[in-house]
Amino acid sequence: MHPVRKQRLYLVLFLVFFSTAAVGLVAYALRGNINLFYPPVEVAEGLAPVGQTIRVGGMVVDGSVQRSSDSLEVRFEVTDYEAVVPVVYTGILPDLFGEGQGAVASGKLDENGVLQAAEVLAKHDENYMPPEVAEALEASKARMAGQAAKQEYAQ
Amino acid sequence: MWSLFHKFGSPPWLYRLSGSILRWLLPITVIALVVGAVWGVLFTPPDFRQGNSYRIIYIHVPAAVVALAGYYVMAIAGAVSLIWRMKMADVAMRACAPIGAALTFVALVTGSIWGKPTWGTWWVWDARITSMLILFFLYLGVIALYEAYENKELAAKACAVLSLVGTVNIPIIYKSVDWWYSLHQPASIKFTGDTTIDPSMLYPLLFMIISFYALFTCALLLNMRAEILQREQRTAWVRRLAGSGERD
Repeated sequence: MHPVRKQRLYLVLFLVFFSTAAVGLVAYALRGNINLFYPPVEVAEGLAPVGQTIRVGGMVVDGSVQRSSDSLEVRFEVTDYEAVVPVVYTGILPDLFGEGQGAVASGKLDENGVLQAAEVLAKHDENYMPPEVAEALEASKARMAGQAAKQEYAQ
Repeated sequence: MWSLFHKFGSPPWLYRLSGSILRWLLPITVIALVVGAVWGVLFTPPDFRQGNSYRIIYIHVPAAVVALAGYYVMAIAGAVSLIWRMKMADVAMRACAPIGAALTFVALVTGSIWGKPTWGTWWVWDARITSMLILFFLYLGVIALYEAYENKELAAKACAVLSLVGTVNIPIIYKSVDWWYSLHQPASIKFTGDTTIDPSMLYPLLFMIISFYALFTCALLLNMRAEILQREQRTAWVRRLAGSGERD
């Protein structure tokens, strides 16, 4: 390769390498701020500020959703399987919101550690399948669970 | 090998080559896009959770994938332009920018339309969406920077540097959903590990991704041909072309 072109090639590599390093360091320094939400365990450890608007995300605990009979108020709990944060929200929930599904609630933590949510978003995962396949999976899971229970009973 | 590389530097040769490629690639692309869209919208099962709203994936994901890949095409053309001072590389780099911007815009808009019925919001400042918006501004920045210079050689140099610096954004977009907590779900099609999308939905998606790559190639060649003609308008071969009414 011509020496001048070789020099330009090094310049290009230098440019790409150092801009990547610079942006990488910035992203590393800001890593906490780039997260969209706090997982419940960080709320439990007191890392999330009280009285400021924050987002908390996790799975909605099975059986935790309680709807008020005379208003749009909903109470539920989100978990990352390490800690649990109770949430109170008044309003219409997205269609995909449900127990055992992901959700991100934004609002302020009160003194009791309850998140007074102003907005609740549903978070869906990367699994896509037809309903029949989902049913078949559920059925086989239930069968496996049944067999496990039977084996336990036999012992 | 090198002689082929030098041939790419020749405007009339590139013009003729792109003409003969487009003659068959363009109709195939149009057919493939129609077939893929019909396949995805009418002949796939609904999703077990999202119902029919997931079908926008057949536009959203291909547009986003090719928007990211197109950035690398632009940056590599920029590097070739910087190192070898090849005019046709400048043309390719400049031709990528509006296509990439359009694809990024499509990905952002379809994502927004998808987000409303599933997440419950049109827009959220999570890492994936924000870095995708930065990609959109990078593409627009390359267009604006190129147009800001009277001297096209200086313009190409500045744009090449900008597009090379911007490459850092591409792995950030790709890995954003794994590195940070985001509302956007992680990738369903993985280079390593199991794909988490049912085959009946995956095949039309892969088909659409390939069709979008073909669409990008067609748009790139068409853009480059227009730019070549404009740059070479005073040369004998373009005059002959214009005079004879020949189309290739």
